Amino acid sequence: MQTFKYLKKTLLISALFLPLTGLAADVSLLNVSYDPTRELYVDYNKAFASYWKNKTGDNVTIKQSHGGSGKQARSIIDGLDADVATLGLGYDVDQLYEKGKLIPKDWQKRLALNSSPYTSTIVLLIRKGNPKKIKDWDDLTKTGVSVITPNPKTSGGARWNYLAAWAYAQKQGGNEAKTQEFIRKLFKNVPVLDTGARGSTTTFAERGIGDVLIAWENEAFLAQKEFPGKYEIVIPSLSILAEPPVTVVDKYAKKHNTEAVAKAYLGYLYAEEGQEIAARNFYRPTLASIAKKYESQFPKVNLVKIDDDFGGWQVAQKKHFSDGGTFDQIYQK
Amino acid sequence: MAINTAANTLAKSQYSNYSNKVAITRATSEPVLVRRLLISVVIVFLGAFLILPLVAVFTEALRHGFATYFAAISDANALAAMKLTLIAALIAVPLNVVFGVSAAWAIAKFEFKSKSILITLIDLPFAVSPVIAGLIYILIFGMQGWFGSYLFDHDIKIIFAVPGIVLATIFVTFPFVARELIPLMQAQGKEEEEAGLVLGASGWQILWRITFPNIKWGLLYGVILTNARAMGEFGAVSAVSGHIIGMTNTMPLHIEILYADHQLAAAFAVASLLALLAIVTLIVKTFVEWRVAQNAIHNESI
Repeated sequence: MQTFKYLKKTLLISALFLPLTGLAADVSLLNVSYDPTRELYVDYNKAFASYWKNKTGDNVTIKQSHGGSGKQARSIIDGLDADVATLGLGYDVDQLYEKGKLIPKDWQKRLALNSSPYTSTIVLLIRKGNPKKIKDWDDLTKTGVSVITPNPKTSGGARWNYLAAWAYAQKQGGNEAKTQEFIRKLFKNVPVLDTGARGSTTTFAERGIGDVLIAWENEAFLAQKEFPGKYEIVIPSLSILAEPPVTVVDKYAKKHNTEAVAKAYLGYLYAEEGQEIAARNFYRPTLASIAKKYESQFPKVNLVKIDDDFGGWQVAQKKHFSDGGTFDQIYQK
Repeated sequence: MAINTAANTLAKSQYSNYSNKVAITRATSEPVLVRRLLISVVIVFLGAFLILPLVAVFTEALRHGFATYFAAISDANALAAMKLTLIAALIAVPLNVVFGVSAAWAIAKFEFKSKSILITLIDLPFAVSPVIAGLIYILIFGMQGWFGSYLFDHDIKIIFAVPGIVLATIFVTFPFVARELIPLMQAQGKEEEEAGLVLGASGWQILWRITFPNIKWGLLYGVILTNARAMGEFGAVSAVSGHIIGMTNTMPLHIEILYADHQLAAAFAVASLLALLAIVTLIVKTFVEWRVAQNAIHNESI
């Protein structure tokens, strides 16, 4: 018994001195992300952990949390202490500054390409054989076509969907009233508004509801992979360049003393390996060499941009998705 | 005694009159068709709403064989979820026992002015939607809430961590033990305790030798209900969890994530564990109910 106690004491004391003897430190990061990125970050986290181990000798474990982009931003503001936030759209990250002062105002300038290491776009996923003959956005407004899209109030993906459809209607030469009428008809065909993009995919692919799913391109590819031979992707004549941005959450990272590793974690997304993992998970890479390698995977799409065509997220959010915005109006008629 | 016998004779004569009348058609017998129809309605209802979903859970869980099933339930994230669920239940249940017994004891054995207010307060978690319960904790302990910046400065984590999940679980399970014990203790009255007091028993002796033995089966019943609810709670826990995979997901939350990840078999595998818990709960509950009934008969005969 005495020896055992002695042993315990020695172990305890040596454990105390372990960090001083130059052995690897254990670091932990929390990445709070939006819905469809689970698979991407499972892969990427492994790659980054081994990269970081090689570079510094430290063991880094990355914890993940996923949900609707807007809801995740709300949780971070309420105290979910993410070291990095990788959300669905810039507006949600803006909220981290606006509502919580967790990051500086100019966060989007800190990393290249508007802080968006990978991009995506919005496509239409239809059932095999295209029984409803869906080729473009205007087919979604026809009577008898059932459309699945999440709720723009809670989901980032849904807001990209909405704006893509809006841009299409506007380019058809429609004035504001006509454009809104187009969107109203489209949403009349929506039987369920899920809270997040993944919820809509489940509704469409697993529960078999609807003729067409408006989805992130990566989510559409993933659904094709998970359910081989059941779905087809239709590229609309016009879509939107979706830039899901990433940022270090300064206030929490500072508290955890993880600023350096958090910064490296986001930086490595732009590196060759990070870009390759993004491409493999159906996100469009931004690095020229990897983009070329995966050229055949991603069809050319005619894209509008949030900054050029909608005046940026702040303006778009206020006009379309705030209380009384165009989305509320189409449901009041 | 005499009155009693007279009443008995009266009752007997009334009964024989009555039984003469109904002898032609037995009171308990409807036409065969009606009986069979009623029985099959019950069986179809039970089958559709209870047995079928239960069978579905287990068939889906075992769809890809036992290997996938065991892989799903021994996955590190699944184990973390089970551990967290157990921790939450292990803290919430004893606290609810202490609270429930004290509250029921105060309400059943004493008279005081604000009694009805206390009863209403105990019922509050039944009336409030669990999601609202979770949001209340975010309002109090969240970064933008009352104590947010204080907690942040002092490195104390409550919501989006284990304490928040435990708090939410305690909140939603609050009324179960008390609600179970109050009617029981009220029915038992306080004569036995008063007798103990008169005979010189101390407070603890009364509690351990009189009150507890009287309520033990009712208490166990309350504990079973509390435990089942604590392990199955979704809404309140979801609001305060933060959904960090492998850290703040309880079993119900883990099932939701697996389902959203297109891992149907794994989702149902973990769900089957909760279903098993429900079945075990039902068996234990039936046994306890039977013991309670036995006890009641035993007490009657004394």
